Amino acid sequence: MSKIQTIEQLNELSNNVKSLLSIREQGEKSDDKTKADIKAIANGSKEKINILICGGTGCKSSESDKIVENFRNKISELGIQEEVKVLKTGCFGFCEKGPIVKVLPDNTFYVMVTPEDTDEIVNTHIVGGNKVDRLLYKNTETNESISDSKHMDFYKKQMRIALRNCGVIDPNNVNEYIAREGYKALATCITSMDSQQVINLMKESGLRGRGGGGFPTGLKWEIASKNNADQKYVVCNADEGDPGAFMDRSILEGDPHSIVEAMAICGYAIGASMGRVYIRAEYPLAIKRLEKAILDAREIGLLGDNILGTNFAFDIEITFGAGAFVCGEETALIHSMEGERGEPTMKPPFPAEKGFWGKPTNVNNVETFANIPVIILNGAKWYKAIGTERSAGTKVFALAGKVNNVGLVEVPMGTTLREVIFDIGGGIKNGKKFKAVQTGGPSGGCLTEKDLDTPIDFDNLIAKGSMMGSGGMIVMDEDNCMPAVAKFYLEFTQEESCGKCTPCRIGTTRLREILSMICDGKGTMEHLDELKRLSGVIKDTALCGLGQTAPNPVLSTLDAFYDEYLAHVVDKKCPSAQCQKLLEYVIIPDNCKGCTLCARQCPVNAISGSVKEAHVIDKLKCIKCGACIDKCKFKAIIKR
Amino acid sequence: MEELSQEKFQELGQFIDSLPSKKGELIRVLHKAQEIFGYLPKEVQYFVGRKLGVSTAKVYGVVTFYSYFTMSPKGKNHISVCLGTACYVRGAEPVLDEFRKILNIQGTETTPDGKFSLCSLRCIGACGLAPVVTVGEKVYGRVTKEMVAGILAEYK
Repeated sequence: MSKIQTIEQLNELSNNVKSLLSIREQGEKSDDKTKADIKAIANGSKEKINILICGGTGCKSSESDKIVENFRNKISELGIQEEVKVLKTGCFGFCEKGPIVKVLPDNTFYVMVTPEDTDEIVNTHIVGGNKVDRLLYKNTETNESISDSKHMDFYKKQMRIALRNCGVIDPNNVNEYIAREGYKALATCITSMDSQQVINLMKESGLRGRGGGGFPTGLKWEIASKNNADQKYVVCNADEGDPGAFMDRSILEGDPHSIVEAMAICGYAIGASMGRVYIRAEYPLAIKRLEKAILDAREIGLLGDNILGTNFAFDIEITFGAGAFVCGEETALIHSMEGERGEPTMKPPFPAEKGFWGKPTNVNNVETFANIPVIILNGAKWYKAIGTERSAGTKVFALAGKVNNVGLVEVPMGTTLREVIFDIGGGIKNGKKFKAVQTGGPSGGCLTEKDLDTPIDFDNLIAKGSMMGSGGMIVMDEDNCMPAVAKFYLEFTQEESCGKCTPCRIGTTRLREILSMICDGKGTMEHLDELKRLSGVIKDTALCGLGQTAPNPVLSTLDAFYDEYLAHVVDKKCPSAQCQKLLEYVIIPDNCKGCTLCARQCPVNAISGSVKEAHVIDKLKCIKCGACIDKCKFKAIIKR
Repeated sequence: MEELSQEKFQELGQFIDSLPSKKGELIRVLHKAQEIFGYLPKEVQYFVGRKLGVSTAKVYGVVTFYSYFTMSPKGKNHISVCLGTACYVRGAEPVLDEFRKILNIQGTETTPDGKFSLCSLRCIGACGLAPVVTVGEKVYGRVTKEMVAGILAEYK
């Protein structure tokens, strides 16, 4: 590939490669209710067809690589490679129904495809011209087949800005990114705007940091740009540490060039020539795609010296994290990039003054960067009009847990939790009752039924005692025990506490111990007061965000589920029947047939009874291992 | 010990020598060392410290700080049970307990015959398949307690 030296050459290339995406864009615009199926190749049609297969981590885990291989083999076996192109894309977002296969131009969205299904798709659909009904998504209420994703509840309310290219382009092909107006925003900035104009545009757009803090991005850039130094750095925080959040990984896997482009724009705005991506070593696929994107961008001259014939120079390196949640905090991340333990330091000085190697450093997260090229191209006004007054734009949520449609969801700010969980998410699994939703990961809080109609934005979530965080959204049903959930989060933060400051190191340990006692039935009323008091102290005195927010899961569950804590402490009962030590195993005499299976299974001989007579469990001997309940064929044993 | 062979130390030494600057490269070097040796025993930590001109205490401090680095060798089949929140609320804990019970190991360690090692990790991002277990490269989704014995049998 030759280097692109002027903006005219970039535009020319963009026009030349447009055809790469024409079939897909035609498909996006079409509507399956009006458009006929693709013409069958069997009838001699030479219509060009694209088969897109999700290559995100979720679908790859379900053998999507094998699906790609099978398609390619079948297509070449039939000798129709000219007509049919098989492409591996980034994440479509609908992980619950993965692996996803999309056929274009007739916009057919196949769900839960297995490697064995590929022949049928090729024979029936591609060659025969008929859709494979069995693999189409079924409306949960009417059971009607829906073939176009636009008509699925999961996608109807979504608005994909940060995820605009995920599941659309081949992430390994820079030309496909350029065909989607890629690098045009960078070109516009460096050829026709000065750095202050770029910063002003970002400020006017109202974009706030998507990594958790919600700090205005334009303002952050302005501070970094005003600090003069011989070298400055742009850092992309791709150390997605919140368990249950995977939007940053999906963006890097599905659209790595958008991050490369946005980092270069940021470099131009703040006056930096060096960029670093700090990425989790646990994300091998994202690393591979990003490395390829950086190499390709260098090769065509969109990274390096004199970009597009200007004086602007910018390049990007990758640094691997090694698994530490606290490294999501800016100062800790910078120390880790310097090869040290990832311990945070007091702010000020902020990284914008003294960051990486003591130089002014601007840290933004992946999703924040992913929004930037579109904002430059469409303008601040366009972006500001999306979302709410104080939180502009969209937010990507990783919707997971006990919800029917697990996946990546991007909605305008101001969408309510109810819309996300029930309309997009399809409600609670197995018809159970909604209990709570945890937003913001281990730093966030639990929201309940009464909060469901709150419009989601940065400030509303904080007002409700939770936070946006990086966008994890874990749904829980009636079977989840809230003190146990709080304990789970505290186990996480205690393990991840770096140990530097006492309130966090010792405080989270004590919180965890108290929660363990409560779940084991050894809790007292004093413990409940202690939890509150200690949480307050930690919030006020911990050094960094990790410590200050660590008590949130405790406080929010104490607030919303005080009854459940009381049941554990006073009645020594777990209402959700989750806490092993508070459970009681009982045989219902009417259901017991006296088959003796349970008695033979019991490791401590706690079950007695004669053949064909109802058995009894000795509560004093029972160790609550649950072996009996798994074996009983008559559902005669219950735990309560 | 074969796993700490001279060739491996040589390979690591060459990698360190090839770095343009040693400043701030400790974590990168440890990643490489773990890639070569599979784990980071104290011999390797001494070596890294000497080569980079930093104290072994500092190397040890960094190794123990990050969960990705391990000081004990992994088993032939490495099992990871995801304990991310999505997997947790869908019942990953009983799955982990079942692995421990069958393999007869307590925390996260390697079986005496070196066949299996077990660890819990935080989110591999396949939340649609929760609870998720990985054995080597292979991913098992929607795992229940009852499936554990069957999964292990594949590697016996």
